[in-house]
Amino acid sequence: MQTEQFYYDNQIVKKFINATIFWGLIGMSVGLLLAFMFLFPNLTDGVSWLSFGRLRPLHTNAVIFAFVGNAIFAGVYYSSQRLLKARMWSDFLSNLNFWGWQAIIAAAAITLPLGYTSSKEYAELEWPIDIAIAIIWVAFGINLIMTMVKRRQRHLYVALWFYLGTWVTVAVLHIVNSMAIPVTALKSYSMYAGVQDALVQWWYGHNAVAFFLTTPFLGLMYYFVPKAANRPVYSYRLSIVHFWSLIFIYIWAGPHHLLYTALPEWAQNLGVAFSVMLLAPSWGGMINGLLTLRGAWDKVRVDPVLKFMVVAITGYGMATFEGPMLSLKNVNAIAHFSDWIIAHVHVGALAWNGFLAFGMIYWLVPRLFKTKLYSIPLANAHFWIGTLGIIMYALPMYVAGFMQASMWNQFNPDGTLTYGNFLETVTQIIPMYWMRAIGGSLYIAGAFILLYNVVMTARKGSKVTDELAEAAPLTPVTKKQTTGEGYHTWLERRPIKLTIYATIAILIGGMVQIIPSLMVDDYVPAISSVKPYTPLELEGRDIYIREGCVSCHSQMVRPFRSEVERYGDYSKSGEFVYDYPFLWGSKRTGPDLHRVGGKYSDNWHLNHMYDPQSTSSGSIMPSYKWLVSSALDKSNTESKMRALSKLGVPYTEEEIERAQQWMDEQGAQIEQNLYSDPDFVTTYEADKKYAEENGEEFVEMKDREIVAMIAYLQRLGTDIKVENTEEASVQND
Amino acid sequence: MLKFVKGNLENIDNVQIYPMISLLIFFIFFVALFYWVITAKKDHIAEVSNIPLDDDSKYENDTIL
Repeated sequence: MQTEQFYYDNQIVKKFINATIFWGLIGMSVGLLLAFMFLFPNLTDGVSWLSFGRLRPLHTNAVIFAFVGNAIFAGVYYSSQRLLKARMWSDFLSNLNFWGWQAIIAAAAITLPLGYTSSKEYAELEWPIDIAIAIIWVAFGINLIMTMVKRRQRHLYVALWFYLGTWVTVAVLHIVNSMAIPVTALKSYSMYAGVQDALVQWWYGHNAVAFFLTTPFLGLMYYFVPKAANRPVYSYRLSIVHFWSLIFIYIWAGPHHLLYTALPEWAQNLGVAFSVMLLAPSWGGMINGLLTLRGAWDKVRVDPVLKFMVVAITGYGMATFEGPMLSLKNVNAIAHFSDWIIAHVHVGALAWNGFLAFGMIYWLVPRLFKTKLYSIPLANAHFWIGTLGIIMYALPMYVAGFMQASMWNQFNPDGTLTYGNFLETVTQIIPMYWMRAIGGSLYIAGAFILLYNVVMTARKGSKVTDELAEAAPLTPVTKKQTTGEGYHTWLERRPIKLTIYATIAILIGGMVQIIPSLMVDDYVPAISSVKPYTPLELEGRDIYIREGCVSCHSQMVRPFRSEVERYGDYSKSGEFVYDYPFLWGSKRTGPDLHRVGGKYSDNWHLNHMYDPQSTSSGSIMPSYKWLVSSALDKSNTESKMRALSKLGVPYTEEEIERAQQWMDEQGAQIEQNLYSDPDFVTTYEADKKYAEENGEEFVEMKDREIVAMIAYLQRLGTDIKVENTEEASVQND
Repeated sequence: MLKFVKGNLENIDNVQIYPMISLLIFFIFFVALFYWVITAKKDHIAEVSNIPLDDDSKYENDTIL
């Protein structure tokens, strides 16, 4: 048969590998900076764009979408071409994918520190960037599917299904969760509110982990582990079961992120049941990966690539065992909001994603540069330092999470909380934060060794060129070949049909979750005393979102005795009907804030934001000084209210007209309250006088950001405890 | 007050049908899946699982050591 000659595109693979290493080091370094902020909270004192709340989403986005994302593209572009015996369909789309993705990451790296965020976890980017992501993702999909259509290999290997499943699911998730109504070029409100927003967000959040961090990497595992071990996958049948059951079940499990919240009970239970079921396909896949090394374990001793892969697959097994355990309600009650979750996700990110990416890079780079790896001992050193780093990171976080959660729940015999002050539970786990920072440093040190090794390999090798290959074109399938073939054999030849079936599989679970979620808002019992935020409170809420307060403070009092005792009445679903977006949070580095309204005086809040350690000695909250001095931008308040009224918040036209005056009045009231503190009066009057004498512009307190923030904080959770608020304000006066 | 946490969705019309449909979809899905897998031909499985290793390009299968 006549064979055709063609070239594999290696340049694009090289570009994505460079980007993987570059963004990986940045994402990890930001993470390390954040780890040190637990120890030195005012490390970046007064620099708003380097504050914890703004850098935290940068860290998560950089690691997930920049480091892991570029690694996915590198692996997919390398393996797909070879599995399909075809060059990528369009060089233009390949490069659009590359440069577009880097531009999106750069946009994220600029906007997130500047405080442009939707606050929805792992979907923080604002709407114009969301649209760009959708476009680039579609370009990637077209390129991939068209390459499959033009392939020279009859059957689609299982890795390719994982890529297809990833592509369709991420597209669906991203579009549904990013639905928002724009207010300005970089500000939008989620289409969903409260319980509904929480459901949609965690349907997304859970599946982003599933279909961005897991399925594409499983595809890479099914390609690169057999390559590195030079033997086929242990059981191809098992991989078929793995693929279909994983994508079918994964998408149902989202609500396990919302156990004991105001989410309906049945949805919580559904999430638990499916999470437990997930253990089967996940471990099936892990075992399949590890057993691929059957008879090759001697190679694992000497080949750093295989070492990295073994630890990666083991990490996958650990994280996917832990996931179902964490979704059990009794375990979740302890682990949720604590550092246990941080440990869990880092076993996934550092071991599974990080190590598989490193293994892949060490395997690919010598091949791309047509040489041997510069230094095997250095790769081994990276492996050991990295592994030690993972252990040093994860173990202390497990201990910290368990310890702190136990302290949160501990009662004295007389029925009072043993650790009534939240801060006491934080100071106890500072040593664990130290160990975590050391573990993280080791891991990054390993990544820098990789950088050096890769650079030296590239320098010693020859230029990356497109690789010549030969294969016969596909001939039409004859009747004779198809007689007696199984259904799946037929399906494996048809990429478009496979894509459609994969889509159906994920949509079934997706629908069962999302349709009730989309209907739920009509069924959340209305609480008549719950009113929309005033314009000033709304502006304060937007500052709360901008500063990323939700990174460390939940707004969800779970129905536990310990939480009701500590924070106040547990949260009701009807209280969040005007929360666009919801701000329940997922981590309590600081206390829950849902019932903080009326708990402290306005002055306390001002002092606390300016210098948290002055009001709470030993606090690890960073200072938010700039809120105290910056003028509040009130120019978009009316358009914000109009956007929200379109979504169903009952702001009347008169209220919108009166917004400026209303903000003025409420601000003036708070300013007046602040005057009750003589220290405040002295400093404030001195500042005013200084500005007057020097002819500088002076922003009155009522027009500053801090006042809006105080208005919002004092409102939180007060809608259904009116009588308590009155008591509190009497005490404050 | 418990009614605020529980049963937001019990009021949806015909919500009972959801679990039934879900169970059926699940059962059929997995029966079909296992049927495919078990009936797949051995030589086909062997052929497909060797696709990653069946590579004629020059630098493939070199060790990095």
